[in-house]
Parts: sequence; C-alpha cells; structure tokens
Amino acid sequence: MTVKLTVFSALGSLVLGTLLAAMRVSPVPLMRGFGTAYVNIVRNIPLTVIIVFSSLGLADIFGVTLGAPDNFDLQGFRLAVLSLVGYHAAFVCEALRSGINTVPVGQAEAARAIGLSFGQTLRLVVLPQAFRSVIVPLANVLIALTKNTTVAAAIGVAEAATLMKTMIENEAQTVLIAAFFAFGFVVLTLPTGLILGWLGKRLAVKR
Amino acid sequence: MTEVSAAKDAMAATDELVVLKSVNKHFGALHVLQDIDLTITRGEVVVVIGPSGSGKSTLCRTINRLETIDSGDIRIDGKPLPQEGKGLARLRADVGMVFQSFNLFAHKTVLENVMLGQIKVRKTDKKAAEEKARGLLDRVGVGTQADKYPAQLSGGQQQRVAIARALAMDPKVMLFDEPTSALDPEMINEVLEVMQQLARDGMTMIVVTHEMGFARSAANRVVFMADGRIVEEAVPDQFFSNPRSDRAKDFLSKILHH
Repeated sequence: MTVKLTVFSALGSLVLGTLLAAMRVSPVPLMRGFGTAYVNIVRNIPLTVIIVFSSLGLADIFGVTLGAPDNFDLQGFRLAVLSLVGYHAAFVCEALRSGINTVPVGQAEAARAIGLSFGQTLRLVVLPQAFRSVIVPLANVLIALTKNTTVAAAIGVAEAATLMKTMIENEAQTVLIAAFFAFGFVVLTLPTGLILGWLGKRLAVKR
Repeated sequence: MTEVSAAKDAMAATDELVVLKSVNKHFGALHVLQDIDLTITRGEVVVVIGPSGSGKSTLCRTINRLETIDSGDIRIDGKPLPQEGKGLARLRADVGMVFQSFNLFAHKTVLENVMLGQIKVRKTDKKAAEEKARGLLDRVGVGTQADKYPAQLSGGQQQRVAIARALAMDPKVMLFDEPTSALDPEMINEVLEVMQQLARDGMTMIVVTHEMGFARSAANRVVFMADGRIVEEAVPDQFFSNPRSDRAKDFLSKILHH
C-alpha cells in the first residue's frame, strides 16, 4: 500500500508540479499569481492538516467521494493520493522553478527567435534542460513523499504506519517491529536517492 | 561597384523589407533608441557599427521583438510587428537571428538543433528536415559534427551551426547580433566567411559587428550609431575614408589607428 501510494502520488505531483512551475513563469499575470498563491499556501500547511481535511472536510462535509461513496478504503486511498499530490506538487514546482532559473535566458530567446510559441519553448527547450538540473532535488521531494505516505494513517489508509500500529498493539516486540518498518523505508528510499543521483550526473547538460 | 549591387540599387525604391520609423525605447531613465529611422531593402547587407552602449544590439533585437519598443513603427515586408502570440511566432520564423553567445540548444545534438524549428514551426516531415539540416551543415562546413552536442564544438563551429539553424527556416532577413564578439581571433574568420558567402548569395542581412573588415568588404551600407541615435549612414568606402560626422571620425580614429 505504501508503494502504491508513493507511485501514484509521485506521478501526480510531478505532473501538477510541472503545470504549476509553467504557470509561475508564464507571461500571464493571473496564472503567475495563481501559481505563486498555490505554492505559498499549500507548502505552509502541515500535511496532516491537509489529509485530515480531505477526509473530514472534503468527503464528510462537501461530499467529495472521488467515485467511491460506499467503499471507504478506496475513498480513503484516493483522498490520500489527492492530498499527497496537492502537497508535494508545491515542492516539485519550486524545485523545477529553480531549475528553470539555471537555464540561460539565451536558450529561450533562441527558441523564440526561430518561431516557437511560449508553450513550445517551455516544453521543447527550457523544461528538458531544467529537469536535468533538478533531478537531485527532485529525489529529495520523492524521498520525503515516500515517508510522508505514513501520514495517510491519520485517515485510516492501510499503509505501513497503520500496519505497524496494529502489529505493535498485538505483539510484544515493539522495538523490533519499529526497526523492521524503519528498515523497510530505507529499502524504499535509498535506491531512489542513489538511482536519481546517478541519473542526475549522467543526464547533466554540458555547457 | 559590381553589377549585382547596381541592380540592388535599382530595386531599392520599391522593395523595402524592413522599415523602422521614429522608433523610441527607454531602459528606465536611459533613452537607448532615439527616433530611429531605418529602411532595409531586399537583398541589402547593412552593417551597424558604433561604440558600446550606443544601442546597436537593442536595435537589432527590436526587429524581431525580443525587445519591445516604446513608440514608433516597425514593419517587415509591409506588415507591422504583431503583439505577443501566434502572429509574432510566425513572424520570428521568417526573421533569422544569430546571437553573440550562439545559444544553441544545449540538450540537443547539432543536427537536432537545425531540425527543431523546421519540424515544430514549419511542420516539415522528419526526413526532409534532416536532409535539409545536413545540407545546411555541410554548407557552413560542420557537416561532420552533426551528431555531437554543442558543448563539444569550438566557438566558431557553434556559431556556424547557429547560422545553419537560422537558415533552416528560410528566413526573409537575417539579424546578426555581434556574431563574432565571443570568439577567439582565429575562429572569427571562419564565421565571417560563411557570412560573406551568404551576402554574396543575396540574403538580406542586418549585422551588428565590430569587424570593420567585414563591413568594408560585404556591406552595401554602413550605419553608424552613437548614444541611441543613427549618426551617419553611408556606403562603406565613403564612410571609412571620409566620415562626415565628428563622432564617426573620433570613433574610427580610435579603432583604426593602433
């Protein structure tokens, strides 16, 4: 369940984060304003508050059930993914924006000079270079996301932390169980960091 | 004077390709372009020279609206410069630009650099685009480097690729913004030769440069700028041997006698 949460949330937050980053550098003031407001609001709210709100607020008060009104487990999972995506997209956006700032202005000027539109310039020239320079900070976000999936326990999603709590309640070996779960997370996150670190070096754009 | 330039002079009256009328631009308090009037006819090679900070690069960049202007009128092939958006992108495709710092797309190979605009803007199919790109790279003498990345090339080679990239769009006019200023002296000539060839082939060119040799040999007209104004316009021979304005005399005495 932890892995599933991580994968879905990672993909979602990459997409939403990229969109937000595109908004924050766009020439339209309204979009820039929205992007900036989103990032500054969302990244300053604790994830626990967001996840609990998604369950108690979105689902219970506003009736947002994400296509699973009767299946509480599925609904919890989807709400957790939604919250994780919304939260981490803000961090992906900021990482990416710092990457966009490393791409020399001349690259975008040259792209516009051959007649590419703003969207094409961003998609074909600026973002591919920006992504390569922020692979390592993105790995950070991804590792944080993997660990943050445990917060989904707050709304009863059966991920690792929930499982650990149940086991600790039933067994005597509390330290051993905690160590086992901690080790499980290291197994998940260490390769992520190593692989992306290696990839970051390999794909770095030479200037 | 050769027959070609005589023929060009005959066309001049009717065939205006780039027209700037009382163009003004400020950078904050600095009035970088002051009432610029300039007309470039099809097939003409105009070299813009002048001291640093005189507004030559800015002038060059306003023509494809990389810099906006505060007032005045710029027309290319009879049409005024469009606002941001699709129309502007279309216009830029018709105006080739070569930068001082090359600005090749660092994450793409040389060949992909020359193909990108053709495929994404001109909607040429991939095979035709590659064929044309290879042809252009051969023409500027870097055909053997097609599969390398820009960072693996020398400055002179990169700048020639940048020229090929601009040519791939079949531009009506080419803008050169100090194309040799970032190059080692020994690489300047290989770029100038490509530009000379272009000029001989009848490309309309606006060249901002400090290369007086190029101005003398390739230009139809020299435009001398100082402090945001066009101070003097003349054919190269006349300008270099007998400048009219004191500002130009002063400038030439500083660069030609040392």
